[in-house]
Amino acid sequence: MAAHLCYGRVNLNILREAARKDLREFLDKCAGSKAIVWDEYLTGPFGLIAQYSLLKEHEVEKMFTLKAGRLPPADVKNIIFFVRPRLELMDIIAENVMSEDKMQSPREFNILFVPRRSMLCEQRLKEQGVLGSFTNIDEYILDLIPYDGDLLSMECESAFRECYLENDQTSLYHTAKGLMTIQALYGTIPQIFGKGECARHVANMMLRMKREFAGSQTQILPVFDTLLLLDRNVDLLTPLATQLTYEGLIDEIYGITNGYVKLPPEKFAQKKQGEGGKDLPTEPKKLQLNSAEELYAEIRDKNFNAVGAALSKKAKIISAAFEERHNAKTVGEIKQFVSQLPHMQAARSSLANHTSIAELIKDITTSETFFDNLTVEQEFMTGVDTDKVNTYIEDCIAQKDPLIKILRLVCMQSVCNNGLKQKVLDYYKREILQTYGYEYILTLNNLEKTGLLKPQTTTRNNYPTIRKTLKLWMEDANEQNPNDISYVYSGYAPLSVRLTQVLARPGWRSIEEVLKMLPGPHFEERQPLPTGLHKKRQQGENRTTLVFFLGGVTYAEIAALRFLSQMEEGGTEYIIATTKLINGTSWIKSLMDKPEVNI
Amino acid sequence: MNKGKAEEDDYWHSSKYSAFTFDDDDYDFTKLKESQRAVNSIRGLVEDDCEDDEDVEKVSWSGEPVGSILWGVKETASSLRTSGDTQNHGFPKIQHNPPLPRQSSGYSLSSLFKGKNKTSSFSSLLDSLPDTSMRVYAPELRKPRSEYKDYDSDWNSEETIRRMRQGKAYSLENFHSLQEKLLLLDEAVSSHNSNVITAVLIFLKRTLSKAILFRELAEREVALRHFIHLLKETGEQRILVELLKKLGRMEDMALLQYKEHISIKDENQRKDFLKTCLSLPFSPDDSTHVQDHYMLLERQIIIEANDKRTDTEIFKKHPRKASILNMPIITTLYYSCFYHYGESEGTFSSPANIRKTFRISEKQYFLTALGARAKLKQWSDVDRLCNTTNWLGYTKKKSPIGFQRVVEILHKNGAPLQVLQDYMSLVDNTEVRVSLAQKFKCHDIVINTYKELKDRQQLIVYQSKLERGSPEYQVIDELIHSLNIRWKN
Repeated sequence: MAAHLCYGRVNLNILREAARKDLREFLDKCAGSKAIVWDEYLTGPFGLIAQYSLLKEHEVEKMFTLKAGRLPPADVKNIIFFVRPRLELMDIIAENVMSEDKMQSPREFNILFVPRRSMLCEQRLKEQGVLGSFTNIDEYILDLIPYDGDLLSMECESAFRECYLENDQTSLYHTAKGLMTIQALYGTIPQIFGKGECARHVANMMLRMKREFAGSQTQILPVFDTLLLLDRNVDLLTPLATQLTYEGLIDEIYGITNGYVKLPPEKFAQKKQGEGGKDLPTEPKKLQLNSAEELYAEIRDKNFNAVGAALSKKAKIISAAFEERHNAKTVGEIKQFVSQLPHMQAARSSLANHTSIAELIKDITTSETFFDNLTVEQEFMTGVDTDKVNTYIEDCIAQKDPLIKILRLVCMQSVCNNGLKQKVLDYYKREILQTYGYEYILTLNNLEKTGLLKPQTTTRNNYPTIRKTLKLWMEDANEQNPNDISYVYSGYAPLSVRLTQVLARPGWRSIEEVLKMLPGPHFEERQPLPTGLHKKRQQGENRTTLVFFLGGVTYAEIAALRFLSQMEEGGTEYIIATTKLINGTSWIKSLMDKPEVNI
Repeated sequence: MNKGKAEEDDYWHSSKYSAFTFDDDDYDFTKLKESQRAVNSIRGLVEDDCEDDEDVEKVSWSGEPVGSILWGVKETASSLRTSGDTQNHGFPKIQHNPPLPRQSSGYSLSSLFKGKNKTSSFSSLLDSLPDTSMRVYAPELRKPRSEYKDYDSDWNSEETIRRMRQGKAYSLENFHSLQEKLLLLDEAVSSHNSNVITAVLIFLKRTLSKAILFRELAEREVALRHFIHLLKETGEQRILVELLKKLGRMEDMALLQYKEHISIKDENQRKDFLKTCLSLPFSPDDSTHVQDHYMLLERQIIIEANDKRTDTEIFKKHPRKASILNMPIITTLYYSCFYHYGESEGTFSSPANIRKTFRISEKQYFLTALGARAKLKQWSDVDRLCNTTNWLGYTKKKSPIGFQRVVEILHKNGAPLQVLQDYMSLVDNTEVRVSLAQKFKCHDIVINTYKELKDRQQLIVYQSKLERGSPEYQVIDELIHSLNIRWKN
């Protein structure tokens, strides 16, 4: 199931195995048969760690979703609640516990908090008078979840909001903890670089935690050479732009959650011979997306304009493979062909799925709306007319396009202009409030507090300097055979990834000026290694860098980093970690006080 | 009362950019077709389900790999529905499968930090990350007596925080003086452990007066943030407002209070609440917006009450689809232009009054009114909307959004050809005019424009696209053979 985690430069399966072992230990602590009551949100992340079979091996006989009222009947010794530490969930649990039938043989109650137990929640249970009913209250520390061979996420939705809007650093503490776990499993990371306030804070906590047990070092040869901590607010621009890689577009349009995507079912209806087109499924088609699927691994990071060609090439290969059956004459040859069938079969169905997805996306990317939107984004990123009211945005507001689309564009204009002229800002604000409702005062205020939207304070606009120095715009981006990371946005090279690239070569000293223009301090720390653990690098051996995005990372940025990893003579391979996988829409949404906005 | 977004969304043109090109559009599309074809041709070859195949992961339609957790939950749910009740009356089942032996190899996250693991290199980490080893917990609850044996009530703050981080038994009740309590708080903060900080804050909140607590928190930024977070979580709005006021964060406080209106369902209560917000110390801009918000809801309540009872013609012919309550101002204006057009400025529901009260820009007003009147096919209203009279008394047609947009909106609402032509001829840019006319098949406009431009070649090209013998065809025929026009080509 998790083989794809082992193929990368760093075996992330070790982390997964450690998490599984922890889970088994907790389950065995509740002796006897058990039923698990799930906070539904958790089934996604848990699915990346364990299967039902693992739970069954440890006497889990029933599984329910957490719901108010009475628990469903189940003849088990233990009831275990797997929940996030949320007050509203505590109230439901309390209701469950209190309405338990006293006449039935008593069941023992347990809580497993994921990822941390919380004093507040236990206090709430106490107030409800049920705290004493629990045999075990425990926590399941799931800071960094392995998503793919080179990708870890904390899946902490509110991290950006907490860090940059509410100034709450709890998620940074968990980040530091997660990084300590990584170092316990993969060795001390000798070099730490960082840019931004939060990065500084995380590094400080890590160094402090390290100091607290000076003397007892891990005896593991370091796997990572460098850790790079990046604040999301160092690069506010990138997530606002529409991602143009295959995976990025799937996420932009349909949203990927925990490695799954839900798609409109029409294109996936399987027409078997003789069945006709009856019974079109109405439920969305759910597909898992990760590098375990050969074809997906091949095309996920391509610019969408290069996907068609890749799919058709693959189709020819598969067709040819199936044609082989005509050449199979001897029993041996036929046997050989048949033995390959399952693999071919899987490749065939994978091709079918991705062809359908590509068609769905194509319908959207070829629409005028998509094109116009992209045109304006690219104008802003190249610095065209960023200082006046944009007529396209005006038109979009007039026709009541989704608010998040408007906000993405307005914020982008503001970021690319280092703030909007007061008059322009006021105009946008009035139009937005009049068209979408005055209650969005709250959202606009949040955007201003995080710096996504701001009035111009100086007449000097830094963005052009940053763009030129870091080569953020490449005129001749090659979408088919890329030679630069700018292909992921068809011209725009994500700032965050440029910083990463420059750090590896020639080093940040070459861009001191630009670093000073970006918010927050930049720094370098070294963690001493015990003698004997210094890595002796083979000639030509690549360095391994862990890039941690504090506040979220997009799939396009991940694609750009993978591109750098694969570059010949790049010299560095990247593993990516983040608090949350985001796109512009989910990101802006996390800053809205009114979550029920139609997207 | 949405303006029929779907109907309106294809009349937007702006400059084109080239970077994300779909040049080889067709090429690319055929490629997709190609792979689709290939897929189809292979499809018949092998049966679709190969159940006894171990290499291929089994996936249910909804995409859950069979055997995943979510799948498991659904399985349990469906088995419960079918047989849950009957099963329960049966004899208790005997466990047939003894639990599998625990796997003893491999690392475990918790053991890394607890040092439980036999793997020696990790045990040394035990004290390194004490925070994570909070496994044993809830000491005051169901803890065997033995765990209390090292209990000592004389711990200092440092020791207490350490025990809290380790999840051992502790008591805060011995911290009596303010100084002791503050030391405890500072110690908690320096642990960075939010859980510990929260516990201490709950204790301080219970044992200190608000004035003192606020004063001390004001000097402790991290603790303060945690306290604000705590109050938000527990929904103690009142104390939070008080705290922000004390800290001088007036705008934050105002916004926080304003935010509460979202959760008030009843419109009258909501209106009353917004009224109380008017005096809050917002920034000047926000203050105006909140004022507008209040006035809008107040007005909507009046309009709603009236219109619910009204059964004038317009309401009978076009029954309201939804209530106007809590709709944005532009939507309200559209509603007013739809149902209350022509009312005198004195009424609350008249477009003119709404426009004035809420300072709607000329452009927005024009666009909204045009949309509403065109929807009702009231072309004479559209006419009047565009008319402006100059000081000499001449009327002239004007449009703050340009006549191209006017034509497009009219077309969308099924305006007759004559109406379309009238406005099309007002489009200044001849190129735009011709392309509009061609798109909406206004032959007269196309022909007249080319005639105006003396462009014979284009006329001939256009003629070739028309049906031979149609009136337009003949008009062009006459024109191109006319000797009175001096063609430029």
